[in-house]
Amino acid sequence: MASDNMNTANSFNITSGNRSKFTETLVKAAMILCSLVAVAVTIGIVLSLIFEALEFFKRIPLSEFLFSTEWSPQTALRSDQVATEGKFGVIPLFTGTMLISAIAMCVATPLGLASAVFLAEYASKRTRDWVKPMLEILAGIPTVVYGFFAALTVAPFIRMTGGNVGLEVSSESALAAGLVMGIMIVPLISSLSDDVINAVPQAMRDASLGLGATHSETVKQVILPAALPGIAGSLLLAASRAIGETMIVVMAAGLAANLTANPLEAVTTITAQIVALLTGDQEFDSAKTLSAFALGLLLFIVTLALNYLSLRIVKKYREKYD
Amino acid sequence: MTNPDANFLKGQKHLTRRYRAEQRFQWIGRIAIAASLTFLVFMVASIFWQGKGALITTKIALTVDLSTEMIDPANIKGASFDKIIKLALRTEFPEATKRKQKKRLYALVSSDAGFQLRDQILEGPALLGADQTIWVSASDDVDMLMKGHIDRNKPQNSRRLSDQQISWIDALLVKQVFNTGFFTNGDSREPELAGILSALVGSALSLLICFALSFPIGIMSAIYLEEFAKKGRWSDLIEININNLAAVPSIVFGLLGLSIFLNVFGLPRSSPLVGGMVLSLMTLPTIIIAARASLRAVPPSIREAALGMGASPVQATFHHVAPLAMPGFLTGTIVGMAQALGETAPLLMIGMVAFIVDIPGSILEPATALPVQIFLWADSPERAFLEKTSAAIIVLLIFLVLMNIIAIILRKKYEIRF
Repeated sequence: MASDNMNTANSFNITSGNRSKFTETLVKAAMILCSLVAVAVTIGIVLSLIFEALEFFKRIPLSEFLFSTEWSPQTALRSDQVATEGKFGVIPLFTGTMLISAIAMCVATPLGLASAVFLAEYASKRTRDWVKPMLEILAGIPTVVYGFFAALTVAPFIRMTGGNVGLEVSSESALAAGLVMGIMIVPLISSLSDDVINAVPQAMRDASLGLGATHSETVKQVILPAALPGIAGSLLLAASRAIGETMIVVMAAGLAANLTANPLEAVTTITAQIVALLTGDQEFDSAKTLSAFALGLLLFIVTLALNYLSLRIVKKYREKYD
Repeated sequence: MTNPDANFLKGQKHLTRRYRAEQRFQWIGRIAIAASLTFLVFMVASIFWQGKGALITTKIALTVDLSTEMIDPANIKGASFDKIIKLALRTEFPEATKRKQKKRLYALVSSDAGFQLRDQILEGPALLGADQTIWVSASDDVDMLMKGHIDRNKPQNSRRLSDQQISWIDALLVKQVFNTGFFTNGDSREPELAGILSALVGSALSLLICFALSFPIGIMSAIYLEEFAKKGRWSDLIEININNLAAVPSIVFGLLGLSIFLNVFGLPRSSPLVGGMVLSLMTLPTIIIAARASLRAVPPSIREAALGMGASPVQATFHHVAPLAMPGFLTGTIVGMAQALGETAPLLMIGMVAFIVDIPGSILEPATALPVQIFLWADSPERAFLEKTSAAIIVLLIFLVLMNIIAIILRKKYEIRF
């Protein structure tokens, strides 16, 4: 960029020079302010979550929150009412989130990777130009639409199929939410992995083909191992997206905090609980409301860690071949 | 590929197997793509199939007594229109004498029928003074029956309409018309009256706020980061921040809005103002990333030429570089707005889930948004809301497709390749 002493070069007289210099400083200051908004938002998120979560941990100890296995945030509505104390153990929510995300990843990883390999290695340019945007549509459809479809079409279908083969399927099974969520994140995995596979140097491909390997052997034994770090990065990013996904689980997974690994049962997730705790009217200072912020903080930390890890892996990998 | 072992049967077999594996591998890729796309097509098609019914609604013809005994021409609004409707139904079917039967009879028309009669009279006072045939909305159960969602062959206690009610409907003059109410009404507890206008206006107001905030801020910070900032710790920090923000779950932005915009700043709950602010925080990273890419595509020769002619760096950027990058700015912004339009979770956090009948008149009034309306209707037990939900989804998808088409056209038409 040009240095600052060029600022005055265009002015014909001193007064207009001063004025334009003043305007320029103003414009620059405005630009700096604008770019600091992104930082301010991050700080705002961290501060608001930590502040409210600390309020919550004053009432419920951190150890209980992290290690207790029971979640039932119902507290007394009036202060004189005799009611059971709410239970705030995050473990069933965490396992529920993981179960649904794991199902989603089981669907999305093979579909996304196979699509990426086919598009990057086999498809003609015309097919690519046509199929890639079609897959991107999946990522552009609002999640509330997926949620509606999961709750009203996929869940009853799974329940019916399960009933036919003699399985007891809950009407809000983790399977329905996970399946639909998996389809939603396919384009995330396929487009990122596609980029990574394309970035593998052509020389490696040529060498393998020259030694007599078939194209699929080249893909399996040369390209995929070379692209593995980048693919891992894209999978982590997809997992973080699955963990933070809200509407599908709110609409299709329900609110029963069951500690189970059975995908046919109903489970709940961190995001679904945040929505349940904060929609409707309740006083702002109750432990029940504040617990939503503790859950939000947990969610933020987990997704941030996954994103950071994935960005690091992808960046490191890019440098290797550049 | 030539195979030196071609003469050996064993090698030949081995090679055939490898080629078969190659074919299999390709087919796995094709099947994966086909599976994802089939899901997409199936989902969209099933929603269209369910939603098309909401465009049609059922009207019932009633012969009402509009004599001056019933309505005083000097004081039309003072008349009891519900009574007139009920009387019309009773005269049509005098066999309904018991309380329960009457109740079932009245349930055939929408609870809004009285108001519809009043509006028609206010529009054409010439109707007054004699018996007139007017059309009023049928109740949602009748509507469902007409659309074939209620099975006449089922025993009557397992469907929502009794045999007698069905015989009444068959005796009445019924027509199916285009459902304008769906596009001109606000939300309602009665499915036959519920419309999406209030949600659409809420979404539009929120997007307006979102655009007004995120476009200038996003473009300015993109220009700063790309054209002015020295590469160093600060610009790295900002860049990492933006990348991370792009991946933060949307619900976390809602929590931020709840605790800071509502509780610290005290802005009105459920308002499009707060909704737009929260959405703008989410679209900001999208806009910044797209705008930076578009600035990077402007060749340095443009800057150098401007600077060489005596322009200051700010002038070179704003007079020469930014206009060339403008199509890219707009494309990124439209894509960001499309995301914001479909976003639901953060709006739930700031209370935009309220039951809103009135069309919001300003950005400070309680409002709801289209995706939130979809969420609310999806939760309703009535069968009639199912098709409303699907129809609202169709409207949402149409808006998203339009926005993306505009973005593609902008990119194709104005993109300058250097």
